[in-house]
Amino acid sequence: MSLTHTTKLRRAETLESEPHGHRRRRRRRRRPGSDGPNWLGGAVSWLWLAIVIVPIYWIFITSFKAQSSYYATNPLAPPTEPTLDNYRLVVESDFPLYFLNSLIVTVGAVVPAVAVSFMAAYAIVRGGGRRFLRGVNSLFLMGLAIPLQATIIPVFLIIIRLRLYDSLLGLVLPSIAFAIPLSVLILANFIRDVPKELFESMRLDGAGEIATLWRLALPLTMPAVVTVTIYNALTIWNGFLLPLVLTQSPDKRTLPLALWSFQGQYSVNVPAVLASVVLTTIPILAMYVIGRRQLLSGLTAGFSK
Amino acid sequence: MSALATPVRRTPPAATRRTRGGVLPWLAVPALALFVAFGVIPLVGVLFLSFTSWDGLGEIQMSGLTSWRAVLGDPGLMHALWVTLLVMVVSWAVQTPASILLGVFLAGRQRYRAVLAVLYFIPLLLSQAAIAIAYKALLDPNFGLGAGLGVDLLIQDWLGEPVLAFSVVIFVVSWQFIPFHSLIYQGGVRQIPRSLYEAAEIDGAGRVRKFFSITLPQLKYTIITSSTLMVVGSLTFFDLIFVLTAGGPADATRVLALDMYKRGFQASLMGPASVIAVILVLVGLALALLLRRLGGRDANASQLEGA
Repeated sequence: MSLTHTTKLRRAETLESEPHGHRRRRRRRRRPGSDGPNWLGGAVSWLWLAIVIVPIYWIFITSFKAQSSYYATNPLAPPTEPTLDNYRLVVESDFPLYFLNSLIVTVGAVVPAVAVSFMAAYAIVRGGGRRFLRGVNSLFLMGLAIPLQATIIPVFLIIIRLRLYDSLLGLVLPSIAFAIPLSVLILANFIRDVPKELFESMRLDGAGEIATLWRLALPLTMPAVVTVTIYNALTIWNGFLLPLVLTQSPDKRTLPLALWSFQGQYSVNVPAVLASVVLTTIPILAMYVIGRRQLLSGLTAGFSK
Repeated sequence: MSALATPVRRTPPAATRRTRGGVLPWLAVPALALFVAFGVIPLVGVLFLSFTSWDGLGEIQMSGLTSWRAVLGDPGLMHALWVTLLVMVVSWAVQTPASILLGVFLAGRQRYRAVLAVLYFIPLLLSQAAIAIAYKALLDPNFGLGAGLGVDLLIQDWLGEPVLAFSVVIFVVSWQFIPFHSLIYQGGVRQIPRSLYEAAEIDGAGRVRKFFSITLPQLKYTIITSSTLMVVGSLTFFDLIFVLTAGGPADATRVLALDMYKRGFQASLMGPASVIAVILVLVGLALALLLRRLGGRDANASQLEGA
């Protein structure tokens, strides 16, 4: 992902400020210039909503159908006799273990990734004059322009040489590294918005850089930290290529990989396969429902400046 | 890249003395170390490996330009490059107009916004592996949605015909990413100064005229941001295609990233696979630079005019 030019953009106004042009002022019409409802936009968005929802609805209801009735009933009709057998089958086939693996890898990678990215972003914003930090920043920006999949072969080699092949730690380390460029970019964009005067007054109070980072920058940019956390968690939770290449044993599988092999094993049992899809998505949906506002406003601010 | 547009402030000497040397550079070291170890070194490593022969298990041996000759002389490479560019261009052309329309609509007033927002982003949350698995079942000509509904138009060998399979990949990609890009456009539309529209209304411009004369030009930089994400992102479509079609039928969906995986991890030809990886990096960098040139330097000048 390359967003290099966004960094050059205007010092952003505060995000989540009242959206311009959002509330149309009801001026008295002087001429027939005020438009009625936007039919085209409305039609497109409802159509799109249908396109989005139908497959999701289908996945959901099918996962409650018995395999025998799957081929016999209308695919869009809810199950006549809903059953939890598919879910039982999935849960009994080691999915809890895969779930735990995914959780370990995600938490183990996201927490350090956000921590080191925040420190780096703080240093880049506050010490922007130093050649070393300017270089670091350019390096991360370059990282955005490179499809990191392209480095998978050397990563595979490095992980083998570190004797981390087929271990969860071997998944965590590259995941952290791949998350850093975008995290630093977004966090730096937000730290840059903290008024200079606040940093000045912290310094006059005799606070060091660490204290300033901890007591000023971090609390003020918490929304961005949450955004970056959710975004990275989503990316790593759903990651497929790293586990595919860097693990081998069934007991080291993460969910997306487990889904894939489960699908190969039970390809005839569509409802069970879909039940596994639903189960792996539940935790993300839960997170999304909790952090939706934060994620959406943060991403908007991160990308639409 | 002058990423830091903020000029360095001249600080009073006392303060400089406190921070000189100081702790700041050290704060960047952990991130730098991790990124160098698993990002920069592999990047250099992939170039090195492209001059070797390695089967993924045994010894790595220098082999000079052998891999390069093998790959550059392979018609499969041009095909993979072509498919990659086709996926990039077609998915961009499908997603961009739809995302702009949706973004403009979402930025306006509407009821049901909360409901819309929740539902819209569900596709973005699913893993590509999960999406591919679900669509495989959904599109099954014998037992999928089409067969169940009895709609002949939907009963196709979706993943067995080259053109259809390619279209399915584009559709699924759009299905997943249009919501995200419409969000970006929504943010862009909301930053357009209201006064521009008011001026246009006084001049008697209608909705369509306002869209083409104000909204689109004002969105220029948003379009560049979104397009950059789409285009560079399209180089990384691997999971989806790997699970959905595995590059088939007849290599119709064999993009570069998949080509690299198949050569390296399935055919145990790590040297040629590394050549593909180098090409992938070059394509990504070239695109990013091109888009930056388009982006110009002062990305917000137009947005501030007349505000």
